[in-house]
Amino acid sequence: MLSVKGLYTEYPNERGQPVKAVQDVSFEVPEGKLFTLLGPSGCGKTTTLRSIAGLERPQCGEIRAGSRIVYSSEKGIFVAPNERQFGMVFQSYAIWPHMNVFQNAAFPLEVGHRRHGRKEIQDRVMRVLKAVALEHLADREATNLSGGQQQRLALARAIVMEPQLLLLDEPLSNLDAKLRERMRFELKRLQRELNLTTVYVTHDQSEALALSHEIAVMDEGRIVQVGTPRQIYDTPGNRFVADFVGTTNFLEGSVLAAEPGACRVATAVGSIAVRSLDGLARDARVLVSVRPEDVELFERLPDGVNGRNVCQGTVDSKAFLGEHIDFQVKVRDHLLLAKAHTSLRTPVGGCIYVVMDPEKCIAIPG
Amino acid sequence: MEAAGRLSTSWLARPGWWHRLDLKWVVIGLSIALVAWLALVPLFFLLWQSFFTPQTAAKAAQFTLGNYASAYSSFETLRLLANSLQFGAGTAVFAFLLGAFLAWINERTNTPFKSLFFALSLIPLVIPNILFTVSWILLASPKIGILNLALQHWFGTTMVFFNIYSMTGMIWVDGLHYSPMAFLLMTAAFRSMDPCLEESALMSGATVLQVARRITLRLAWPAVLASLLILFVRAIESFEVPALLGLPVGIEVYTSAIFQAIRQYPSQTGLASAFGVTLLVIAGVGLYFQSRLSTRGSRYSTVTGKGFRPRPMNLGPWRYATAAVFVLYLAVVVVLPFLVLLWSSLHKYYSVPSAGALQNLTLQPYRTVLEFPGLARAVWNSVLLSLGAATLIMLVTAVISWIVVKTRLPGRVWLDHLASLPLVFPGLVLGLSIMIFYLNFRIGVYGTLWIMLIAYVTRFLPYGLRYNMTSMMQIHKELEESAAMSGAGWGSTFRRIVLPLLKPGLIAGWIYIVIVSIRELSSSILLYSPGSEVVSIVIWELWQNGQYVELSALGVMFIIVLLAFVMLAQWAGSKMGIKEA
Repeated sequence: MLSVKGLYTEYPNERGQPVKAVQDVSFEVPEGKLFTLLGPSGCGKTTTLRSIAGLERPQCGEIRAGSRIVYSSEKGIFVAPNERQFGMVFQSYAIWPHMNVFQNAAFPLEVGHRRHGRKEIQDRVMRVLKAVALEHLADREATNLSGGQQQRLALARAIVMEPQLLLLDEPLSNLDAKLRERMRFELKRLQRELNLTTVYVTHDQSEALALSHEIAVMDEGRIVQVGTPRQIYDTPGNRFVADFVGTTNFLEGSVLAAEPGACRVATAVGSIAVRSLDGLARDARVLVSVRPEDVELFERLPDGVNGRNVCQGTVDSKAFLGEHIDFQVKVRDHLLLAKAHTSLRTPVGGCIYVVMDPEKCIAIPG
Repeated sequence: MEAAGRLSTSWLARPGWWHRLDLKWVVIGLSIALVAWLALVPLFFLLWQSFFTPQTAAKAAQFTLGNYASAYSSFETLRLLANSLQFGAGTAVFAFLLGAFLAWINERTNTPFKSLFFALSLIPLVIPNILFTVSWILLASPKIGILNLALQHWFGTTMVFFNIYSMTGMIWVDGLHYSPMAFLLMTAAFRSMDPCLEESALMSGATVLQVARRITLRLAWPAVLASLLILFVRAIESFEVPALLGLPVGIEVYTSAIFQAIRQYPSQTGLASAFGVTLLVIAGVGLYFQSRLSTRGSRYSTVTGKGFRPRPMNLGPWRYATAAVFVLYLAVVVVLPFLVLLWSSLHKYYSVPSAGALQNLTLQPYRTVLEFPGLARAVWNSVLLSLGAATLIMLVTAVISWIVVKTRLPGRVWLDHLASLPLVFPGLVLGLSIMIFYLNFRIGVYGTLWIMLIAYVTRFLPYGLRYNMTSMMQIHKELEESAAMSGAGWGSTFRRIVLPLLKPGLIAGWIYIVIVSIRELSSSILLYSPGSEVVSIVIWELWQNGQYVELSALGVMFIIVLLAFVMLAQWAGSKMGIKEA
C-alpha cells in the first residue's frame, strides 16, 4: 500500500554543513499492516515519518500511497500535507486546547476540500469517539483530559476521516509505564479492527515487538534490518540490532567449523556450537549473541544436555527483580548475563553450570 | 520566442506552481511589505530631509550640510545636549530608584496589602502624560501651586517651596511618570531570580550584606543596566514634560527644540530633522545596548518554568513603614494629581482650595467641555484611531511573529529587527518624518486621519510584535502540523488554530495599544489638522488657550473612561481565560 523508495534528506547544521538525516531508506507496507520504524533518537525515524506525512520535504526519493504518488523528486511532485489525507498522532498529541473533545475530533471533517453535512459530522465523530471510549466526554474541555485520554483523542482525530494511512510518532512515550502497556493492546485492537495501514515510530523495542507486523531497525539514517518481530529478536543481522533490540551477551570469536548443522566458534568461554548461518567461512571473525533468557543456569548438571553448549562458572553478582533474578556468571574471566527463575538461590561465589542451546547462539559477521 | 514559450509552458506545467501564489504567500508578502514600508520610509526621509534644503516651487531640493552646521555650530547646541542628557539621566535614575525600591518591597518583603499595592501602582500607566504634567503644575507651580500655597499659608511666608518650572521639577514629574515602568521591569527581574542562589550563598557562610553585594547585585546587574537604559531613552524622547515645564522658562531639550523649529514661521524642517537624527542616534545606541544586556540577562535568568515562591524577608515592624512608602507613593502619583484635576474641574475659574472656593463648586466646566465644538469629533477620531491601530497592529504582527517563529524563511530574523525598528523613533521624530514624507508625496493622506493611523501603527508596531512573539513561542509546532494532517490549509490553520491559541497575547497587546494610542500626543501634534484632532490634541489646545478648568474636566472624564476601559477589558479577558494581561 505504502511504498517508500530511496528516501534521502539532509539538513544544514548550525555551521551550515549538511547533515545526512536519512539515507537511501526504502520499504513497503502492505495494506492493513502495522509497520514500525525502530531506532535510537537521531536515527532518522521521525524524519522518515514526517517525510511520509509531508511535513518535511526530502531531497530525493519517491513516496507512493496506493496508486497515488505523494512525493517524487524525479517527477517534481510534492503533495502538501493537508492534501495527503493521512492521519497522524503526534508525540505531544497536539490536542488543541481551545476546543473541546468533540470539536477536536470534528476538525478534520470541517476543513479541507471535502465538506460534510452537520449530521454526518456528528455521526462520524461520535462513532470514532466510541471506538476510543471517549463518547461520554465529548463536551469536556480538551485540557481537562488525562494523558491516556488525550492520547485516545489524538488517535480519534487521526482516524475520523478514515485515512488511507495512519502515522504514529511515538504515541505512547508520554504515558506512564502501566498506562503504556494498556494502550499498547488498545492500539493493536483498533488497528486490527479498522484494518488501518499504519506506520509507527518508536525507540521502545518492547513496544515495537509487541505491536508490529514488521519492523525496520534504523541507525544513523539507514535501515539496518527489516523483519518480523521474531526475526529481529531471534536472528539479529548485526551487532547494532542485537544490542538495541533487547539485551544480549556478546562473545567474540573465530569460526572453527562452518558445515551446515555443525557450526562451531571458538570464544572466550570455550568452543561453542552456534546456529547455522549461510556465508560463514572457516576462521572468519564473528560475534556470537546470546540473549540472557537463553542462558540457562543449573546448580547440578542436568540430564539431556547433549548437543547443547555447557560451561562451568561462578556466580559473580546477582540482582533480585521480582519476576526473575539477574545473574552475572563468570566463565573463564568472561561475564555472562543470565535471567533465571527466582527459585535459583545459588550464593555469590557459588559454582554454577551454564547451558546454551546452539539454536539460540547467533553468529553475527564481525 | 520559442524558447520563451517553452519556458512559460514548462513553468505552467510544473505541478502545483500556483500553490506558490496561494493565500499564505499573499498574506506573508503583504505583511512584510507593510512592515518594510512603515519602518523604512520614515527613517529614510528623515535622513534625506536633514541633508537637503527645503524644496520650493522655484528651486529643487539641494544637498546641504547646513542643517547639521546650524544645529551644531552654536553654543546653544551644547546647552541643548547638556540639558537633554541631564534630563534623561536624572529621570532614569529617579524613576529607577523609586521603581526598584517599590519592586523590592513588593517582591521580597512581607509588607501588608502587597497585591493591592501592585494593582494600584499600575494605574499611573493609564494616565496620559500631559494630564499628569498639568496636574503637577496645578500642584507645584510657584504662583498657583496648591502645595506651595498651602505651605506658605502654614508657615506664614511667601517663600516658594516647589518650583515645577525647573530641571528638578521636570525630572520629578517625568521620573514619577516613568516609575511604574521601572517598577514593572524590576519586578520581572526580581521574579526571575531564583532565591536558591541567595540561600546557597547564605549556607556557604556569607553575611546578608555579602549576599546582597556578591550575589543579588551581580545577578541583577544586567537587568538594572537595561532598565536604566530604556528609562533614559524614554525620558529623552518624552515631549509633554519638556514642552509644558521646560519651554516657559527656556530649558530646552531635543524634543522641545524640534517642536520649536517646526512651529516657528517659516518652519525649519531641515533643522528639526537634524535634531531628530541626533535623537534617533542616541535612542538607537541606548536601545542597542539595552537589547544586548537583555540577551545577556536572560543567560543569567534562572526561571525554570516551575513557579517558585520566594520566602519574603520578614521586616518586622518596619513592614508598616514600607506600606507607608507605598501609600505615600500612590498619593503622589495617583491621588494628588487626580484630586487636583477634580478640584479645578469644579470651578468656573481656577482657584486654590479654600472655604470660600468650596462655596462656588459648579459643574459648568463639564457642560462647557461637552458642548465644545469638535469634542465629539475628536473623541470619535480617538476611538477610531486607537481601535483601528490596535486591531491592525495585532493582526499584522500575528503574521510577522508567525513568520519569525514558525518558518524557516531566510532573513526572518531581519524581519523581526525591521518591525522593531520604530522603537528607536521618539514620537515627535516619527511624526516629523511621516509629515515630511506625505507632504512631499501627495497621495491624499496628508491632513486626514489616515496619516495619523499610519503614525500610530508604525509607532506601536514593536509593542504588538513583542506581545504576539511571546505567545507564538509557546505554541507547540505540532499543534499546527496536526491541523495540516487533518486536511486544513494554511488559511484555516491560521484562523482556526493559530489565532485562537494566540488569543491571550493578542488581547493583552490589543488593550495595551488601545491605551497608548488613545493618549498619544507627540506624533499627533505634528500631524493633526482641523477635523482630525484627537482627544489628547484637544487637551493640548485647552492648555495653550489657558482653559484650565475645562481641561481639568475633560481630563477627569478621560481618566475615568480609560480606567473603566482597562477594567472592562481585563474582566472580559479573564472571562476568556486570560490569566495576566
